[in-house]
Amino acid sequence: MQIAYDLQESQLSVELTGEIDHHHASGIRAEVDTAIYAHMPRILILDFQNVTFMDSSGIGLIMGRYKILQPLGGEIILRNPPPHIARVLRLAGMERLARIQMHSPEEVAEL
Amino acid sequence: MKVINEFKCTFPAVSANEALARSALSAFLIPADPTAQELADLRTVISEAVTNAIVHGYRNATGNVSICLRMLPDRMLYIKISDKGCGIPDIPQAMQPLYTSAPEEERAGLGFAIMQEFTDDLRVRSTPDHGTTLIMRRQLRQIHAEE
Repeated sequence: MQIAYDLQESQLSVELTGEIDHHHASGIRAEVDTAIYAHMPRILILDFQNVTFMDSSGIGLIMGRYKILQPLGGEIILRNPPPHIARVLRLAGMERLARIQMHSPEEVAEL
Repeated sequence: MKVINEFKCTFPAVSANEALARSALSAFLIPADPTAQELADLRTVISEAVTNAIVHGYRNATGNVSICLRMLPDRMLYIKISDKGCGIPDIPQAMQPLYTSAPEEERAGLGFAIMQEFTDDLRVRSTPDHGTTLIMRRQLRQIHAEE
């Protein structure tokens, strides 16, 4: 799992890759939280474009980051989830905690 | 009931084997030519079930998880996941969305909700201190004979 940070203004972009399951979630969580506490971003973008699998461990990961950012007035954007991940996000009601958005301008259709 | 194909395996309840369970399911399903959505749904289902066995059944203690996959007539997929862990004292409570017995693990409590949504039938048998067995069925889309 590789995580890339792209710090623009107060925006932390995390490009998630590979499989997000229970086995990988704790490592991802540690890396993302290190970046959150280092930068205290207003917006956390989690990019799912290169995520090949995600189960409810990914939902736990999003909910946990929401609990960190929300008291600080921050928000989370879930960007470009592949169809099967968008299905899990919708089933979990993640649109209530975060903005789900497609990356390319042609598909701005928010889910 | 006639069984068209069957695959069984048992592995230690360690988190690295969540990916192994998904791979085993994919390999079993490929000859049935599942749709991308069927494959994604069922990989998610088996991942949730095996993760539950590891995180909640064994609570990170040692033990084994067993999988039995069957292809039944008319493209009905049967999935059985069992553990010999601590069992579930209150099944309806465990199946409630957002309930988790391991909040410190940052679990969303959505495993059962996902398994129910992505299968046609889910049965849970559990005995405290003896373990839990999940049996799920999913009807794969019918393939019409080529002209």
